[in-house]
Parts: sequence; C-alpha cells; structure tokens
Amino acid sequence: MSKIIIVDDEPLARSMVKEYLQKHPHLQLVAECGDGFEGVKAIQQQQPDLIFLDIQMPKINGFEMLELIDQPPAVIFTTAFDEYAIKAFEAHAIDYLLKPFNQERFDKAVAKWSDQKSVHPAGASQELLHTASQSPSQNNRIVVKNGSKIKIIPVHDVYYLEAADDYVKIHTQEGYFLKNKTMNHFEEVLNGQQFVRSHRSYIVNVQQITRIDPYEKDNHIAILRSGGRVPVSRGGYGKLKSVLGL
Amino acid sequence: MPASPFSARRFLFTFSIAWLALIADHVILLYWLDFSLKTSITDSIISNLPLMGVCLLILNTIRFYLPGREQYGNILIMCIVLTGLWLLFIKWLLGLFLGYAEGYEIFLHQSLITRFSIGFLILGIVTMIGINWFTWQDYQKNEERKTDAEKLAKEAELFKLRQQLQPHFLFNSLNSINALIGSRPEEARKMVQQLSDFLRGTIKKEETQWVNLREEVQYLQLYLDIEKVRFGNRLSTSIEIGEGTEIMKLPALLLQPIVENAIKFGLYDTTGETIIRLRTETKNNVLIIMVSNPFDPETASPNKGTGFGLKSVQRRLYLLFARNDLLTIETKDNIFTTHVKIPQSKLNNPI
Repeated sequence: MSKIIIVDDEPLARSMVKEYLQKHPHLQLVAECGDGFEGVKAIQQQQPDLIFLDIQMPKINGFEMLELIDQPPAVIFTTAFDEYAIKAFEAHAIDYLLKPFNQERFDKAVAKWSDQKSVHPAGASQELLHTASQSPSQNNRIVVKNGSKIKIIPVHDVYYLEAADDYVKIHTQEGYFLKNKTMNHFEEVLNGQQFVRSHRSYIVNVQQITRIDPYEKDNHIAILRSGGRVPVSRGGYGKLKSVLGL
Repeated sequence: MPASPFSARRFLFTFSIAWLALIADHVILLYWLDFSLKTSITDSIISNLPLMGVCLLILNTIRFYLPGREQYGNILIMCIVLTGLWLLFIKWLLGLFLGYAEGYEIFLHQSLITRFSIGFLILGIVTMIGINWFTWQDYQKNEERKTDAEKLAKEAELFKLRQQLQPHFLFNSLNSINALIGSRPEEARKMVQQLSDFLRGTIKKEETQWVNLREEVQYLQLYLDIEKVRFGNRLSTSIEIGEGTEIMKLPALLLQPIVENAIKFGLYDTTGETIIRLRTETKNNVLIIMVSNPFDPETASPNKGTGFGLKSVQRRLYLLFARNDLLTIETKDNIFTTHVKIPQSKLNNPI
C-alpha cells in the first residue's frame, strides 16, 4: 500500500485525480490540499510515497512548495499550461500530466512511477527545481521556511545574500533567513541588473547600496542603506561598476 | 517605378503652356529685332523643339534613376554638356534652314552665348522640377508603406495581447469539465455551453470594435461563471452598474484582462474566499470602471500592480486614445482596485 497526496487549488481537478485513483486500490489517498502551505504540512505529517502536484497555485507554486520539503517524495506533476514548467520537465525527463488528461494517461504515469521507485526512490531532483525557478513568475520572490512558518520574501526586500556552508543567508529588514541553495543558483536566478555577485560569498542588491568605500589594498566594501557592510572583491568591483554604469 | 509627372493632367497642361509661352516669347523677341515673321517662327521652333526633347530625355532618365544628393554635381555637368550638344545641333540646323537670310549668320553667331544661357537655365529648371517630383513620389510611397506596416504591426500586437494568458484558463476549464462529466453531467453540459459562448465572444469581437457596457458585462459574466465552477465557493462576485453607464461605449474585451488580473491576485494568491467587485459610474461624459479584489499584503509580490494583464490593457488604451493615464491602480486596506476611464467624446473618432 502506497500513500498518496493530491495538491491542487481547484476542487474539480482534485476530484478528477481522485476518480482516476479508484482504479488503483493499492494507492491510498491520505490527504487533499488546496494550496502549497497545506501541502507542506500534509507531506511532513503523512510522509506520502507519491504526490500529484499542480504547478500554479495560490501564494506559492508547486516547485516552491517542493523546495520547502527536506526530503521530497516522488512527484507526478499536473499542469494545464506552463511553458517554463514543461521545459523543466522535459529537460529532466520527469513525467507530467497535462490537464485535461484521461484515465489511460494517468495509469501510464502511475505505472512509470511504480517501475522507477525500486531503482531510485528520490523525489524531484534539485536540477529540476533549479531549472523551474528560472521562470519569471518565480524569480521575483524567494520562499523560505522559518521554523514551521513559510515566508515569502519579495526580492526587492532582500538586502544581500551571504554564503553559509550548505546554505545561503538571505538578509532582509527582518533579519536573515536560511535557504538550502548555492550562491551560484541565486546568481543565475536573480536579475543580474539588480543583484551582483560582489564577492565569492556575497550577492548584493545594488538598489540598497549607498556608497562603496576602499577597504584594505585591492578590496572595497559596499555600505548599504540599512547600515550593512558587504565585502567587494576586485572582480566584484568591476561587475558593480558596470551595473551601476560608472 | 514612380509614376511619370505626365500622368498628372495638371502637370502636362502646365508643361505644354510653358512650352508654348517659351516658343511665342522667342518669336516675339526675334520679330521685335526686325526679323521677318517666317524667320522668327522657324528659328523659335528649330531652337525650342530639340530643347523640349532634351528636357523629356532628362525627365525620363530621372524617373528610372533618381540621383542622390551627392550626385547633384554630375547632374550639373550633364546639363552643361547636353546644353552644349543642343546648341551645336540647332546651330547647324538653323544655318541649314535660315542661312540664306540677310544678316542672320552674324546674328546667330552673336546670340550663341545668350541661347546657351537660356537653354541651360530651362534645362536646369526642368531637371530640378523632375528631381523634386520623383523624390516626393518616393517619399510618398515610403510613407504609405510605413503607415501600412504600422497598421499591421498594431493589429498583430493587439491580437497577441488578447491571446496571452488564455491557454491556462482554457485548459483548466476543460479539466473541470472533464471532472464534472463523471459526477455531474448536467453541470458539465452547462459549463461547455458557457465556455463555448465565452470563446465565441473572443473570436467574434474584433479588437477595434466598440461595444456598450451591457454587452461587455454580459460577456464578463460568462467568464466569471466559469471561474466560479472552477473554484467553487471560494469566488463570489458583485457587479454594480451605475445609472446611465449601461449604454456607454468601451473597446471590446477590455475588461476581461482586468477581471482576470483581479481573480489572479485575489483568488490565485489568497487561500480563503474572495469577492471580486465591479462598479461603474460616469462623470463628465467619461465612463469609469472600477474592479477590486482583496489581496494578501504578506505575500504580495513587488510587481503585483503591473502584471501582464494590466500592461496589455494600458497598451491598448494607449493605442486607441494616445493617452497613458486612463488606467490607474490603487491599494487601500488590502483591497486592490483598478480604475479605467473611457472618454466617450473620443469615440466619434476612434483610431
């Protein structure tokens, strides 16, 4: 018996999946969620084997929801239309169901999952989430988990990012939040005209900079409006200058 | 190939009159200098007809090969050379026909420089007129092409603006219908009807068409009804049509993206129930439409107000009215409101 969770904001879409699930008595539906917040909670409580996940949902989308789960289960994505998501799936050979889909197509996806789970039980790969996060709807906010609460940070509220071992510290007015991602990921995903990798371990929001002072021999330091100080390496100084048009 | 100036009747008329005047003037001048009328007329015709020929030759050349600004020097040299050739030709011809007349040979010799000057002047003027004429023709053609291209681009742009954001709605609606077929076939049938009516409305209405508010709201109602099926009791709507606004005009399908935007941020971005309000009023012969939705300030992302839907509406209003201030947004007490103004007087002359 495998545990199943459906995450979709449309009740009819959920009932569709539920109906198709009736043909698979070994799959037991343990929770139905109408948004990503409920999804995170249910997945952590129930530890399902497989989730059916919609992409476009209120507040946080399906990919962002997955990012918040430490060990994501196997996922079959369901989406009506999302160019970026489909691109991401195709790039990483992930099965997805395009709405509306029929029982046959549904059965095929489930069969594919049963075949593969014995080989590698991991859920959605980091690469998939990385590709998906380049979608324009996603690169204007960062979703983080703060204890048991989920926080959505609009990128323009970010002061700077700082590398911290396996995490990235996202500094904002309310302090910092940790996200399990790499600096390279953020450098790629964030708008390069606003966020500059000023240093190997720092990405700074140029709109927050009030001035750049020399600091030690070859280095500089950026002073932020908030009073924060961000190291600027020699290469980073060049990048900052070109973005600021100096 | 540009049209020859002779295709314009007025030009042909003026050209002929000018040439007759020139020939007559020439006759009168010689007659006044005591040559016989026969000699005067012969001289005038022998001199001026070849000059007319040279002028026509030049005009025809320019018609097929319009010189650029940097070639005006060459044109000048060409005019001088042609005038010289013309002079040699008529000198020979005049000698042949009028050489017998007493004193004519001396007069011909003495008048050569004057003949050259006048010939050069006339040739120069005709060349200049020709260049101007054909340059203007070229310019007109280009302008025409440019206007055509702009018109096409505008139509294509408007079409594209309309098409965006539709697929998501369409496929999700089909998915809802798919779900309803099994459990509630009657509702599925109703939704198919609504979706068909909605799509028919989208296809039927042309972008430049103006509809009255009542029609547009009826169409919106279809859209809202479909969304209500999709989202169940999470969505409710309130529509308030102000007195006298029902018959006011607005561009077809203008409101749908605004309501879509309201739903997107009001419904897709909150997890509870949402009420979308639409209210209309009129002030100074301007139709004012307000669409509002609640939003969650906690998760409001920074580009909320400038979502694609609203941008496309703004662009359309600009293309139609050449004004950027007809769409405004306002956020107050966690309510996001879009205001659209449609000046009614402009409608007599929609672009």
